[in-house]
Amino acid sequence: MGIADGNVNPKRIVFVTVGTTLFDALVREVDTPEVKKELYAKGYTHLLIQIGRGSYIPSRSSGEDGSLAVDYFTFSSSIADSLKSASLVISHAGSGSIFETLRLGKPLIVVVNEDLMDNHQEELAEELADRKHLFCAHPQTLYKTIKDMNQESLIPYTPGDAKPVARLINTFLGFPEE
Amino acid sequence: MSYVPETLTHRLNSLHSSPSSDSNPFLLIIIGVFTLISIRFLYVLNRTGKPMRRGRRRPLSTLIVLGSGGHTAEMLNLLTVLQKDRFSPRYYIAAATDNMSLQKACGFENSSDDEAEVETAQFMQIYRSREVGQSYVTSVGTTLVAIAHALWLIIKTRPQVIICNGPGTCIPLCLIAFFFKVVGFKWSSIFYVESIARVRRLSLSGSLLYKLRIADQLYVQWPQLQKKYPRAIYVGCLM
Repeated sequence: MGIADGNVNPKRIVFVTVGTTLFDALVREVDTPEVKKELYAKGYTHLLIQIGRGSYIPSRSSGEDGSLAVDYFTFSSSIADSLKSASLVISHAGSGSIFETLRLGKPLIVVVNEDLMDNHQEELAEELADRKHLFCAHPQTLYKTIKDMNQESLIPYTPGDAKPVARLINTFLGFPEE
Repeated sequence: MSYVPETLTHRLNSLHSSPSSDSNPFLLIIIGVFTLISIRFLYVLNRTGKPMRRGRRRPLSTLIVLGSGGHTAEMLNLLTVLQKDRFSPRYYIAAATDNMSLQKACGFENSSDDEAEVETAQFMQIYRSREVGQSYVTSVGTTLVAIAHALWLIIKTRPQVIICNGPGTCIPLCLIAFFFKVVGFKWSSIFYVESIARVRRLSLSGSLLYKLRIADQLYVQWPQLQKKYPRAIYVGCLM
């Protein structure tokens, strides 16, 4: 599995993930000719979609005719490898996906699922977008977000630390300082 | 003078005079018990959130509540920095319909190099109070089952520490643990870490534990929550 394709341009993969959810609206939107053309125009070569519990099946393509190569799968035990080899990640707004991607330092577009009741996920995506760690979109605004995005404007996310909480818990319980 | 039957007069007289010797002490006992319970309840409420007094060296039995999606990932992220020898034995609880969480916790425990530590972990499931979309009528029944199951699990594990971060499954467990504190059965320190996904308002579980003052420490990861809920403790992002 080479990254460079002989003396042709190296692979630049866009990885789309919906986690364990059902998010047909995102998969559909990503599979539209407009979005695929825009991604290709931006220099991406491959589109890999993790469709989860979705019922909409995208069409596979080898991309030989000068377009985006498209592939998909439903689930995998860990998407870490797919994230690592991606040049751009488009993800549902689950906190697990978001932070796994941010910790790998990958450019990220978070797409909020409007069909979910009590959309608290939107809070996290918007907050992180305000802090310029990622781009936030809805399925209908995804095309425009991809078109207008300037990855230089993104600020890398510094991973958090759980040690302060551990210290607080230990102190509360009366354990001595290490 | 009007005619009043003798028996009726006798009955009326006995009502106005001092009550019979049977009912008075019984009433006093009820009032006494109720007062004691109230005092105990207020004492427990007052002690909740105050650190343990004595220095501690022996390990504490710990109940860890897992939840679907990001909850378990966040919990394991926290457990990575907690010393396993201080929080032992560890009981992991997930909802009966949650397939992944216990597996992930098992993987986490097995990643430890120390064989002895791994043996101190146990994995259990609890019935959900309510599934997504379940009718409210049947929810009453399933919630009662969940509470009874929580009671059984708390009795079985008798944890000294409870750690949870959001899923509804933690509510029956925390309520029972608090009830046990009041009754004097077991003192569990309850730590609630609100999910990183909660930026502007607490989750339902979080706000219940906050309002009822049941958690000893309630941690939030975003400053907006600290402003809105002053008794919460801001700890920054954990992920």
